[in-house]
Amino acid sequence: MSSLLEIQDLHVWFDLEDGGELHAVKGVDLLLDPGERLGLVGESGCGKTTTALAVMGLLPPSASVSGRILLDGKEILAGGVETIRPHRWVDLAIVFQGAMNALNPVQTVGSQIVEAIELHGLGKGLEARNQTGALLESVGIPAKRAERFPHELSGGMRQRAAIAMALSCNPKVLIADEPTTALDVMVQAQILELLDALCRDFGLALILVTHDLPVVAQVCDRGAVMYAGEIVERGSVETLYHTPRHPYTRLLFEATPDLGDTGEVVSIPGAPPRLDRPIAGCPFQPRCDRAFEPCPTIHPGLKMVGDGHAAACHLNDVPAVTSL
Amino acid sequence: MSTNGRRPLLEVEELVVRYPISRSFVGSHARRPQRTVHAVDGVTLTVEGGELLALVGESGCGKTTTAQAVLRLVDTEAGSIRFEGRDITGLGARELRPIRRRMQLVYQDPYESLDPRLRVRATVEEPLLVHGLGGSKADREERVREALVKAELSPPELFLDRYPHELSGGQRQRVAIAAGLVLEPRLLVADEPVSMLDVSVRAGILGLLEGLKRQGLGILMITHDLSTAARFADRIAVMYLGRIVEEGPADEIVENAQHPYTRALLSVVPRRDPRDRRQPQILQGETPDAIAIPPGCRFHPRCPLVIEDCKAIDPSLERPAAARTPGHRAACIRV
Repeated sequence: MSSLLEIQDLHVWFDLEDGGELHAVKGVDLLLDPGERLGLVGESGCGKTTTALAVMGLLPPSASVSGRILLDGKEILAGGVETIRPHRWVDLAIVFQGAMNALNPVQTVGSQIVEAIELHGLGKGLEARNQTGALLESVGIPAKRAERFPHELSGGMRQRAAIAMALSCNPKVLIADEPTTALDVMVQAQILELLDALCRDFGLALILVTHDLPVVAQVCDRGAVMYAGEIVERGSVETLYHTPRHPYTRLLFEATPDLGDTGEVVSIPGAPPRLDRPIAGCPFQPRCDRAFEPCPTIHPGLKMVGDGHAAACHLNDVPAVTSL
Repeated sequence: MSTNGRRPLLEVEELVVRYPISRSFVGSHARRPQRTVHAVDGVTLTVEGGELLALVGESGCGKTTTAQAVLRLVDTEAGSIRFEGRDITGLGARELRPIRRRMQLVYQDPYESLDPRLRVRATVEEPLLVHGLGGSKADREERVREALVKAELSPPELFLDRYPHELSGGQRQRVAIAAGLVLEPRLLVADEPVSMLDVSVRAGILGLLEGLKRQGLGILMITHDLSTAARFADRIAVMYLGRIVEEGPADEIVENAQHPYTRALLSVVPRRDPRDRRQPQILQGETPDAIAIPPGCRFHPRCPLVIEDCKAIDPSLERPAAARTPGHRAACIRV
């Protein structure tokens, strides 16, 4: 089966006001199969949201992008934003953390979705309104609430409305960027259950962008861990938790408290490197508890370490090392 | 109640806090009665020195209002707050001043709580000046340095002359904590102290609070994160719609929760291990508005165990039949 979405060697630079450049995404490779749920995980500034925005063609003008993005095997990044635009919302859709920002506050939720459907020529008038009702029902909003304004809905309902709007053109891929970060844990569970059902019932592929490892562990099939603009490890969510092959992945799990394990929770000393200057060697090396000779000078590439499992760490080249 | 006969550091009894709802223009002219939100509706809790109590709940449950009332930042409608054995509920601003020094607040967002124009030295020194403490300039400098060391910013020389923008998020939160510690408080009220920080630095801040607690500080931590509460709190109190619905030792609450709301909350907390996926017990709908509190048990409209009696009986906190420790109490007639 060929991949639905393939990202190859994606780079993003931002022009800085002082004339410098910030290399926010550095050679990201990702594959997404139809119906698959992929978690893109990392801390603030790691490039996960920038990667998502690049795929959507939604980066600001100060950004330059290189690499290839293939949708159903067809290159869509070749002409920059212009060649992505026809696929935006139609094949690729995104929802953000603050659903309020995605919705127009002075227009009812229903009329915004009707507008999206009509704009893309998928229906008109009554037909578009019926589609909107069905769409709202499919995300758990009673169709009669289409007449409500965004501020009349609760945070959870607004996020559902934003998801309905993102799905209005039947996309194949939904990117959800921290979709539950601002929500309470019970409402988070409701939204995650909804995303899970949309993938299962409609074959939607999901890229879940989040800082929250347990959310990825519970929702996704595979995960990709980003650090300083690079993917440092990717594999099935079971592999990432039980047999990580990059110290950052292991340390991130150890820094995350868990209800089932009241053992020691350990922070990772130091802070991520600045991305506006070149980095020698491994970007995680200054914070790593397993750094050795090659790490400060030689940059480790992402290499396969198992079935569908890749990591960017020199330790994996040392024959004696079997686990981290 | 303290086992050695001393009073606890903080005792809150039957606390009630109401907020008025602003009437519409028509409403106020028609002289309709002013309506109120019962943000906190009869909360009783204690914090001992050397103890960390986590107050857990979803937004709107009243946990932050409870903390603000303890610090006397909002007025209480009824109930009492005793601190170091003294009733502080009705004290005026002047009498409160020396007491405020001994109960300090740690804010959620270290990006907003620090003045960007002040160096670390000035930020940590300011509370001393406000309270007229610290003696000479040299004495104050010494106390500032001690506070930075206590907040694990050492050696202090490395930080004294920096501005907030030169610090990481974790360091900023440590500076904010140092600015509280410089007054040598007995109680820290920490409102979501790590929710704005990256995962990799959270454990460091929580470990710092744990260390301060071991040195005798009492800590009231407000959090929505049960995993954090489970790991770092001695006791957990779960709030729903202005009330504590269950409380007890942290292990007991995590392993042997009895109240159906606590059980549902625990079931939806994501786990690190993907093999540990369990069937979450998702409650439908959202917490109702505190303007219209349901009669009887306020959780009954969403409760999976609801029976007819629940619609009439407002349950009090009592020891559940299946409790394994004496401090475990739940407000539910079905347990």
